[in-house]
Amino acid sequence: MNFDDTPQEAAFRAEAKAWIAANAPKQYEEELRKASLGRVQLKGANILEVAKAWQKKKADAGWACLHWPKDYGGRGASPIERVIWQQEEGPFGRLSAMFIIGHGMCGPTMMAFAGEEQKRTYLPPLASGEKIWCQLFSEPAGGSDVAGLRTRAEKHGDEWVINGQKIWTSGAHYSDYGILLTRTDPTVPKHKGLTMFFLDMKSPGVEVRPIKQASGASDFNEVYFTDVRIPDSQRLGSVNDGWNVSLTTLMNERMSIGAGVATGFPELFDFCSSLMLDDGPAIENRAVRSKLANWAVKASGLKYTSMRAISALSRGERPGPENSIGKLVAGSMIQDVAAYAFDLQGAAGALNGPEDAEVAGKFQAMLLRAPGTRVEGGTDEIMRNIIAERVLGLPGDIRVDKDVPFNKIPTKGRA
Amino acid sequence: MNFDFSDEQKQMRDEARKFLSEQCPPRAVREVLDGKAPYDKALWKGLAEMGFLGVAIPEKFGGAGAGHLELCVIAEEMGRALAPVPFSSTVYLAAEALLIAGSDAQKQKWLPRIASGDAIGTLALFEGKGNPSPKAIKLTANGGALNGVKKPVPDGAIADFAVVAARTGSAGRESDVSLFIVDLKAAGVEVKPLTNIDLTRGQAEIAFKDAKAEPLGAAGEGWGVITQVLDRAAVLTAFEQVGGADRALEMGRDYALDRIAFGRPIGSFQAVKHMLADMYVSATLARSNCYYGAWALSTNAGELPEAAAAARISATQAFQHCAKNNIQVHGGMGFTWEFDCHMYYRRANAVALGLGSLSYWEDALIDRMRKKNAA
Repeated sequence: MNFDDTPQEAAFRAEAKAWIAANAPKQYEEELRKASLGRVQLKGANILEVAKAWQKKKADAGWACLHWPKDYGGRGASPIERVIWQQEEGPFGRLSAMFIIGHGMCGPTMMAFAGEEQKRTYLPPLASGEKIWCQLFSEPAGGSDVAGLRTRAEKHGDEWVINGQKIWTSGAHYSDYGILLTRTDPTVPKHKGLTMFFLDMKSPGVEVRPIKQASGASDFNEVYFTDVRIPDSQRLGSVNDGWNVSLTTLMNERMSIGAGVATGFPELFDFCSSLMLDDGPAIENRAVRSKLANWAVKASGLKYTSMRAISALSRGERPGPENSIGKLVAGSMIQDVAAYAFDLQGAAGALNGPEDAEVAGKFQAMLLRAPGTRVEGGTDEIMRNIIAERVLGLPGDIRVDKDVPFNKIPTKGRA
Repeated sequence: MNFDFSDEQKQMRDEARKFLSEQCPPRAVREVLDGKAPYDKALWKGLAEMGFLGVAIPEKFGGAGAGHLELCVIAEEMGRALAPVPFSSTVYLAAEALLIAGSDAQKQKWLPRIASGDAIGTLALFEGKGNPSPKAIKLTANGGALNGVKKPVPDGAIADFAVVAARTGSAGRESDVSLFIVDLKAAGVEVKPLTNIDLTRGQAEIAFKDAKAEPLGAAGEGWGVITQVLDRAAVLTAFEQVGGADRALEMGRDYALDRIAFGRPIGSFQAVKHMLADMYVSATLARSNCYYGAWALSTNAGELPEAAAAARISATQAFQHCAKNNIQVHGGMGFTWEFDCHMYYRRANAVALGLGSLSYWEDALIDRMRKKNAA
């Protein structure tokens, strides 16, 4: 039992470290390190431009999309090398946020289902960040139940005509391409009538409308499709086999085991170490200590769970669904931690002006962003289902709509 | 990075699991639960023959000389099987105290007997209600004679010897505490068994009246040794707790798969699935904290105090959580004497206290984290 790199891993780490030290945009390091949960903003610079420049620099030197084949713009590196890179990239990894969906989900789907020429055309600029991709799955009628989506694709000659609406599409407003899951046959059960495409987001008939979130920020969009035409050559997988294609996409959901997951605990510990209560320092108060200790062991438990996953990668194993605990635990923890930081300040805890907010408003930002964390990329409830079914082997939910033609499934609860 | 047990250690775990599933099935645990024996003597002998009692004791003192990682692996299996033997008191407390503070002669006298299963040892620390504290130690030592009462003492009624914490100074400072070894069969020692919620592990009150005692370690350095022993025992006990938590989770999972209600397995209801998923989450977090504790213990790292406290808290919570919700998954049947659920529930709640309760370790963790941050 040890935390040491193998000699090959150590050599790779040294090479990565040296390259990052010589090339990373250090002028933003401090700002990136301090950035809160959610979308990062930079003072006096456009984050999109900074991110694209860093990604291009990495791609030119062979440090982009490490796990992809070299032919498609990657490095052909092993999973553990990818983790080491993420560890070494540190705060600069925050600049990859807008590429995560493209690199982690769209790219692998293209690799599995696009033609060879398409792969050589579309993947290298995706790897280098010159083109950004988004994923158009969720709809108002299908979030957790994504197979309940209603956006129609109808065949007209060699083209498909798309009509409908997507929602919660991260980054659609700056994306160049997207992968799109549609309904091509509503007369068969819901999983059997779906088809996947990729499309140019600048196609006529595509309209992107940012959603103002409960936090006040806008990370997601609604995307409307009105008679959008997609050539049949941009279909991914067979007609009506889109569900299986989407499973490939979702299985590739980025595993953030290298970067570690934010819990808010270090911030709370520091805050309690400096805060004075009526009867002395907060950190010496019995009730405060008990709360802190409980969160401390959750934070360390997550940290060492990810160390165990990295060890499995290092042995050449593929970490399984057990790693879904990270988001489940951290999502609600960050919410509770932020609320407790306010509680300790009394009425003033709610103030979030720059002169009043502690730790540069980080707790307020956490509190307001965390509800989204508990929903996006699989709700807490979906995560518990995944653990129950895929780790513990419990039966799947009974699905009353499984064998019903899609157009016969009720669409309203209360009449 | 290999933040995991080695293949050899995993093989040892498999051997221990196989051995315990054969020699320590629930019906063997029930012999002790039902009061038919104070502990499972045959199992104790078997554990000695397997080399498990002396796994972390050096070869020159009759042990296997393997190490603490191996002991962690065995501890997990002992907890899983609810082994009704004085393993934790003898191996984690008495043997570790001897390893830390014993003279060569003392080690030579007791460690080979521990490894061979011929001596049961324990740590006599508590004197009534309260958590470990130098202030709470009132038992006196004068000229090698102890006077005072210790309770509760784990496995005190079956132990052959005890490491006893005594006050040797005038105040209740750390430097006023010294340790002694006492032969519990000698004159001046009166042992009274006490009942407790975990019927598979005994507790006792031990009264010392001019009992003859031999110093263990230097005078006035007892508290430092106790702290080290408790940290080591916290990691080892945390592995027992994680073993118990995992077994309780499995029992709940298996029952949820078998039990049909409303025409379907109850494990297909999300209310039950999510309860089991949450048990898995706490058991996993605890296991990961335990691994860090094991690393710190086996390398004698400066991080041990903090790692031990984290493992202790996390594993205590996980075992309590899994044991109580295992009963909930079982419904009414889980509340019967006949089903084994209550044995895990009893153990989870008793073992949560033995080395100091949750609030004691929470306090310790924050102190230790502050110390590290200040350094």
